Amino acid sequence: MPNEETRSCIVLGSRLLQSSFRLLQSHMTAPNHNWRKFKNSFMQALTLACALFVIAPLGLVFYHLVKSGVGSVNWDFFTKLPKPVGEVGGGMANAIVGTFVLLGIAACVGVPVGVLGGVYLSEYGSSRLNGWIRFGADVLNGVPSIIWGMVVYALVVIPMKGFSAWAGGMVLGMMMIPFIMRTTEEVLQLVPNGYREAALALGIAQWRAIVQIVVRTALKGIITGVLLALARVSGETAPLLFTAFGNQFWAHKLTQPIAALPLQIFSYAISPYDDWHRQAWAGALVLLLLITAINVTVRVLTRDRIHKNP
Amino acid sequence: MNLIMPPEEEKIIPQTRAEPRIESREPKPDALASALDSRPSTPSIPALTVKNLSVYFGKNQVLKGVSLEVQARAVTAIIGPSGCGKSTFLRALNRMHELVPEARMTGEIRLFGEDIYAGGVEPVIVRRRVGMVFQKSNPFPTMSIADNVTVGLRLNGVRARATLVDRMEKSLRMAALWDEVKDRLHSPAINLSGGQQQRLCIARALAVQPEVLLMDEPASALDPLATAKIEDLILELKKDFTIVIVTHNMQQAARISDSTAFLYLGELIEFDATRKIFTNPARKQTEDYVTGRFG
Repeated sequence: MPNEETRSCIVLGSRLLQSSFRLLQSHMTAPNHNWRKFKNSFMQALTLACALFVIAPLGLVFYHLVKSGVGSVNWDFFTKLPKPVGEVGGGMANAIVGTFVLLGIAACVGVPVGVLGGVYLSEYGSSRLNGWIRFGADVLNGVPSIIWGMVVYALVVIPMKGFSAWAGGMVLGMMMIPFIMRTTEEVLQLVPNGYREAALALGIAQWRAIVQIVVRTALKGIITGVLLALARVSGETAPLLFTAFGNQFWAHKLTQPIAALPLQIFSYAISPYDDWHRQAWAGALVLLLLITAINVTVRVLTRDRIHKNP
Repeated sequence: MNLIMPPEEEKIIPQTRAEPRIESREPKPDALASALDSRPSTPSIPALTVKNLSVYFGKNQVLKGVSLEVQARAVTAIIGPSGCGKSTFLRALNRMHELVPEARMTGEIRLFGEDIYAGGVEPVIVRRRVGMVFQKSNPFPTMSIADNVTVGLRLNGVRARATLVDRMEKSLRMAALWDEVKDRLHSPAINLSGGQQQRLCIARALAVQPEVLLMDEPASALDPLATAKIEDLILELKKDFTIVIVTHNMQQAARISDSTAFLYLGELIEFDATRKIFTNPARKQTEDYVTGRFG
């Protein structure tokens, strides 16, 4: 009997061995695809999750801003001055106008210098000097905005003996310059050389060929760079603390401190009043909508930028 | 009549001309024709005299002592394998090679007897007298067909509308493009076909009334029909203009040119009447090249 048992055990064992060997063999000759497929879909899902994670904050920010801010965005918000402490109501009319005034001054400072600098980099300069200028612009692009504020505080606020719209616009304009310069250079480099040669071969002076042919061909791209720079600086708060300072009333002169949306949001958000908190949310919503509007304009402008030819 | 002439008109007529041309100062409709008639008509006066021309890009010598004479109102073809310096030679004729930062040249080029590299001669002025058409058609994409033709005049200060319209139509007619585009002069130039674009570029070059027209493989990117049109056009234009054309196409050189220069490795191997180059060349290298044995 034990013999019988042992035998059946051996038979069973050998069969098991045999079948597992066969399984192993089939694995080696015709590998199972499921594991590889699993790895592939896992990686795909992981990258998708990360990509969604990038836009999730945008959705959350929008959701939160609309939820908390939309109730306070009303006619008063766009037309009234802030109410004194303790009173409910009022608006941010001065801050909205102030933001546009600051962006206007910033554009007057940043656009000519940035665009002409970009033209120099792309059309004139020697490669060695250009390398240094490009490096400088890239470093400036990464300088923290509060440092810009301190620089302009020293250069403009102290000599003018006071905070002013000029100083606020100046700091935003200076922050725009390196960005506009690099985007302008890049889009000018996309203009095929054939156009420059054709213009020069017609006996057109170089500066005229650059202004009327090269810059004109790349104009949409240059405008796109300017708008993106404006969108970038429109939300700056830190440098304005040192320069524009903020104002609860209308600024009647550009030499006076001026209100700006980010400054008003900042001072309302850190206040202890619920009504001011609601207005801060509303201000943030308006600022975000402004930036979104600029970006949509950029999209519309760049939609048909590809030329059919050289 | 001189008093009512816009002063800008003078700017496009170079002051430094050796041949005192009786340029019509009146804005009469056939101003162009009379300007053309006043061109030196004796074929014995060469349009361009190149003496011992060497061009360097940095340390690289691209042209080695090339000397030749380009006859006025004739087609001169430059042939040779790729990299032999054909385009550089062409560009030296209107100082376009100077756009390369480290380019320099030695030797002498005279345009109707006048040294175009003499001190005080502006490259801009040279290029108004020696126009250029490129291999790749390059009409300005932001401009209409009409604006493309008149751009050389407008950006050189011509504002009189009548002059511009008149010159535009004449140039387009000379470029054999008028009938095809007269109904859509104000539509974008980049909507034209490749061959039409190239003829538009020729019209644009003609509008500033150059004396010499340089063509750098003007038909090499075109289909055979468009190429034939360009070749017909060149034969038509040589009645009024001096044409120097670089071509890779030996048959094209044989069909349209009066004299042919064969360049090889930066040296002028042979320069003679086209018929002689293609039937009885003096040099073995030329024979090998034109019969397709190398290059």
